[in-house]
Amino acid sequence: MTQLPLSPPATAAGRRFRPSRAVSFLIVGLLLAVLLVFFVLPVVWLLLAPSKTAGQVVHDNPLSFGSFAQIGTAWGHLFGFQDGAMATWLRNSAVYSGGSLVLTLAVSVPAGYALALTRFRGRKTLLTITLVTMIMPQATLVLPVFLELNRFHLIGTVWSVILPFSFYPFGVYLVYIYFGSSLPRDLLAAARIDGCTEWQLFSRIALPLAKPVVGLVAFFSFVGNWNNFFLPYLVLPNSDQFPVQVGLNQLLTSTPSFNPVAGAGLDITIPELSLAILVAILPVLVLFLFSQRTLVSGMLAGATKE
Amino acid sequence: MTLLETERVAVSALRRGALPRRRGPGLAGYLFVAGYAVLLLAFGVFPTGYSFYLALTNDQGRFTGLNQFVKVAQDYRFVPAFTHMLVYLVMWLVVLVVLVVLVAVVLRSRVRPGTSALFRFLYYIPGALAGVASVLVWLFMLDPDVSPVSWLLNSMGMHSFAAVLAPGNLPLILMLIAFWTGAGGWMVVMYGALNNIPDEVLEAARMDGAGPWRTAWHIQIPMIRQWIVYMTIMAFATGTQLFVEPQLLQTASLGRVSPTWSPNQLAYVYAFQQGDFNGSAAISVFLLALGLIAAGLLVARSNLFTLDEK
Repeated sequence: MTQLPLSPPATAAGRRFRPSRAVSFLIVGLLLAVLLVFFVLPVVWLLLAPSKTAGQVVHDNPLSFGSFAQIGTAWGHLFGFQDGAMATWLRNSAVYSGGSLVLTLAVSVPAGYALALTRFRGRKTLLTITLVTMIMPQATLVLPVFLELNRFHLIGTVWSVILPFSFYPFGVYLVYIYFGSSLPRDLLAAARIDGCTEWQLFSRIALPLAKPVVGLVAFFSFVGNWNNFFLPYLVLPNSDQFPVQVGLNQLLTSTPSFNPVAGAGLDITIPELSLAILVAILPVLVLFLFSQRTLVSGMLAGATKE
Repeated sequence: MTLLETERVAVSALRRGALPRRRGPGLAGYLFVAGYAVLLLAFGVFPTGYSFYLALTNDQGRFTGLNQFVKVAQDYRFVPAFTHMLVYLVMWLVVLVVLVVLVAVVLRSRVRPGTSALFRFLYYIPGALAGVASVLVWLFMLDPDVSPVSWLLNSMGMHSFAAVLAPGNLPLILMLIAFWTGAGGWMVVMYGALNNIPDEVLEAARMDGAGPWRTAWHIQIPMIRQWIVYMTIMAFATGTQLFVEPQLLQTASLGRVSPTWSPNQLAYVYAFQQGDFNGSAAISVFLLALGLIAAGLLVARSNLFTLDEK
């Protein structure tokens, strides 16, 4: 990261002051500040809300802090909801996202490797279909997949979530790009002449090199599946099978603030709901705190391969 | 893991056969892609084909031509759902492209690297709340009773949650939610693309007397054009699939927002409330077509996803 030649301090010092420069500086500052408030304010509000009572949330300053004891109370209410449904949902989410993560990696790393470095009939077709399905948004195939699972009577089973989650063409594509650009074909040819089997080439040469891309695929797969709502919402009918995202929807319909009829008399109010959001996104949030670079390298994978 | 072990056995058996050196990689290739190919068939190709099959038949499995498509297209909820989607898409794409490119350029060339990194990080964080969480957060932000910007809502004449959730406001609300969770990530990506432009090019522009805005307009933005196209097409494709957001807003609005606001919701109602899987599949096929067109455009027309050999 070299100091940019165009950054304002350098140019301002080098040239005489002009009003147009001040105006553009003002515009830049205003733009960044407005967006900063837009992006950060809801997060700050969300972090503060669980520390207050439902009454305080409405009547106090929106950005005030209540008390730590109140967080404990909200925690108690939240995890007491329907005999600990929240804990069940979190566990389900971990099973679904974790299970499909393992399966995704076991399937997509060899597949990406083979697409990049071996030759077989149908390879190009497979690659093209992979590209097309990868670019199509995840939600596109949810209803068709539901209709299919329904046809085969798989609705309501763990597999009805884990198997579709494990189909991750973007992961295959990332591995394909990675091996295509980082592993010279000549190296494999040389090892082949030395008598390496195809499996040895993969497990001894390719796999040890693949650590960065495995991390990348794992990140995108886990985040996507943890936050997925549409598919589990359709295929899992019972509350004790819900992942936490679908659970949040259930909490919403149980909150008197948004559903005065069904929610009357329940403990789930705005502080509890805010806490539920925070708990539900915590694993993803932790990953996000360290993942900005990951995101760039993943999304720019296509361009950087040259 | 068991999958990989069977591969090992199979592959080494193969290698011991006659003349394996030439043909080996090909057959091994099949084994390496086998697991993925099964999933691709089961959850990519088959559901696509199955929804086409359902859309072209009736509940007795008899071929009915385009009748299902005509039926759903004549449904009184069909045109509104697609209109809502279109209005939302136009707003969302314009705001996304303009602001993301502008902010990325500003963060790349008008701000010190340290400050820029901090801003990118803070803009990016809401992405962790994608999906249900983002909608819930914005329900609070838009409820004048609890919102930290209730003064703003009030000054726009919206004094109650119901007033905010008036059906006409929905595209704007969905745009805010989508921008809040998605734009930061795109800004980071676009900044990365700008970073790939060699410093010498920018230096040359500066020597020729171009100010930062002219450099941005004539050099930086044209050089990241393919990324802007990429983002637009991806955002378009995702935007056609709206489901979670209007579904939750519908719940929170106590039924004032239509339960079939977006096409995906309409397909959902067809399948789950009317038990009409064929009609549901017909709507899905319309949406699938949009996704396929977008994906096809990107693969065929941009050079981001090349299948060429090096």
